[in-house]
Amino acid sequence: MALQIEQPTTDEIIVCRDVHKWFGELHVLKGINLTVQAGEVVVIFGASGSGKSTFIRTINRLEEHQKGQIIVDGIELTHDVRNVVAVRSEIGMVFQSFNLFPHLTVLQNITLAPMRVRRWPREQAEEVAVALLERVGIPEQAHKFPAQLSGGQQQRVAIARALAMQPKIMLFDEPTSALDPEMISEVLDVMRELAGTGMTMLVVTHEMGFARAVANRMVFFDQGLIVEEGPPARIFEAPTEERTRQFLSQILH
Amino acid sequence: MTSATLQPPHVRVGPIAWLRVNLFSTWYNAILSLLIGALLAWVILQFSGWAVGAARWDVITRNMRLFLIGQFPGDQAWRIWLNLAVISGLAGLSGGSAGGAVRTLATSVAAAQLLFAGLIAVSGIGLLGSVAYLANAALVWVGLVGGMRRLVPQRVVTIGWLVSLPASFILVAGVGDTAIPSVSTNLWSGLLLTFLLATVGIVLSFPFGVVLALGRRSALPAVRWLSTAYIELIRGVPLVTILFMADIMLPLFLPGELRIDRVARAMGGITLFSAAYVAENVRGGLQAIPAGQVEAAHALGLNGFLTNRFIVLPQALRAVIPANVGLFISLLKDTTLVTIVGLLELLGIGRSVLAQSESLGAQMEVYVFVAALFFVMSFAMSQASYRLEASLGVGER
Repeated sequence: MALQIEQPTTDEIIVCRDVHKWFGELHVLKGINLTVQAGEVVVIFGASGSGKSTFIRTINRLEEHQKGQIIVDGIELTHDVRNVVAVRSEIGMVFQSFNLFPHLTVLQNITLAPMRVRRWPREQAEEVAVALLERVGIPEQAHKFPAQLSGGQQQRVAIARALAMQPKIMLFDEPTSALDPEMISEVLDVMRELAGTGMTMLVVTHEMGFARAVANRMVFFDQGLIVEEGPPARIFEAPTEERTRQFLSQILH
Repeated sequence: MTSATLQPPHVRVGPIAWLRVNLFSTWYNAILSLLIGALLAWVILQFSGWAVGAARWDVITRNMRLFLIGQFPGDQAWRIWLNLAVISGLAGLSGGSAGGAVRTLATSVAAAQLLFAGLIAVSGIGLLGSVAYLANAALVWVGLVGGMRRLVPQRVVTIGWLVSLPASFILVAGVGDTAIPSVSTNLWSGLLLTFLLATVGIVLSFPFGVVLALGRRSALPAVRWLSTAYIELIRGVPLVTILFMADIMLPLFLPGELRIDRVARAMGGITLFSAAYVAENVRGGLQAIPAGQVEAAHALGLNGFLTNRFIVLPQALRAVIPANVGLFISLLKDTTLVTIVGLLELLGIGRSVLAQSESLGAQMEVYVFVAALFFVMSFAMSQASYRLEASLGVGER
């Protein structure tokens, strides 16, 4: 069976229905239902261990869900490797710990996937990479190795690397949690600019200022379930759930 | 790299200050230094006194041809020279264009040939060999210059190496009744055989070992079990046993008309043995790669093969260079074990030279010479590995 194409209704780009995930005996996702429209910026927040990182990792199948359905841009994630590859090439991901390739220069980090997966010629890949480095504000670092950059610069390279594959969706897994405070804003600025271009973004973060300014919707995770979701204004001003209120009061002093 | 950077301050320590700090810091350090210094001086004096005065180096010079190419027919020796010339040229070119470790190796190739040129000049073989070695060293130098000026494209050099390995094997082995008549492997001996065994062992066991290491971490149970079983089996058996098996047992299992050459069997044994150890070294490197690297590669859409080829293996293999070079140095020295299946590599030739009546009592000379040759080869390898680590260390965490 080739790619399973489901007719997409309107422009729902990610559809998750009753997603469950166990790590051994531990039930970490207990039935997640979430639909994301193309161009939407969704901020996912919640206590550590609530399953929020695991959830966004199931969307590009870095984690396998054991029950339920995940459909990305009309392609369902199943054991069919071709579906997984097809979905991954449409999704960019940015990690908490950057995960740049330390043996490659910044430029090589960015051009690797376009050249090897998309089979672009080197000139084209490098042209795109240089343009992306301009966009994230560090064109002069192209020939350095990741270890020679600051944390904020590394994370911006990681964003450029993900964007080089021209994804339709970007996943951010706590992109600023490993950064020194003075570097957080340079990464958030890039993400804000990206959101302005209409990119579909799922962002796991505790940066509530970013959420308030950029998110279309906020989703609160607790103990493997979505407890509450809604536009930032309502979540901040009038959360309906006690747990949401408690969590927000802990992180917003 | 664009902004101006300052060199770190350079503190020069004079020899006397160095002595005071390192050797004579306290009274008991001073006594220890003097005692050990005296012991060293005594050993060196004794040895050099023997080497210059009592030693009968004519055993070496008289048998130089035996040590180098063993019983390889003299009128076919040009084939070895041709081989050496090709290797010299290629080594020079690679060293010139690559720099770092490869250049160190190329320089050692040239230095070793200069050494042989000198040795032969004082031996009875005649000046022709000396001139040939000098020419070879010059060829390395020409290659170095050519490589540095990028006169030959890197790709051509790489193809040259790939072609030269089987080509030199054919050149040494020969083909039937042609211009290069086949030379029975019984006649391959001396340094030539040591080189062939070590080179083939290293070149073949490395990729095989990498495949085994990947196999041992494979998601497919059958592949994983087979690789693990192979590695554990081979590591549980001494090399001598494997060489015996290859030499005596293998012909018993094979049909009579199928005969595998003795040298080829020894090469196979060494390769199979070494591969298991390479695999375990490489596995150590693979385990050191953080899971995030693989996740990032997968998230970018790289499949398993591309992830291994471009992300995991380059980092893992770099991390295990010191361990692997150590392994290859011991492989080089372990080639001496083929003596027990009747092959005469460098050490074996040394023994047979000692069996000559005119070489009676020259054990010291022969063994010192053989040891020196092994030392030069091993030292060149370890120096090259240090350079390799240093040049690949760029950008490491």
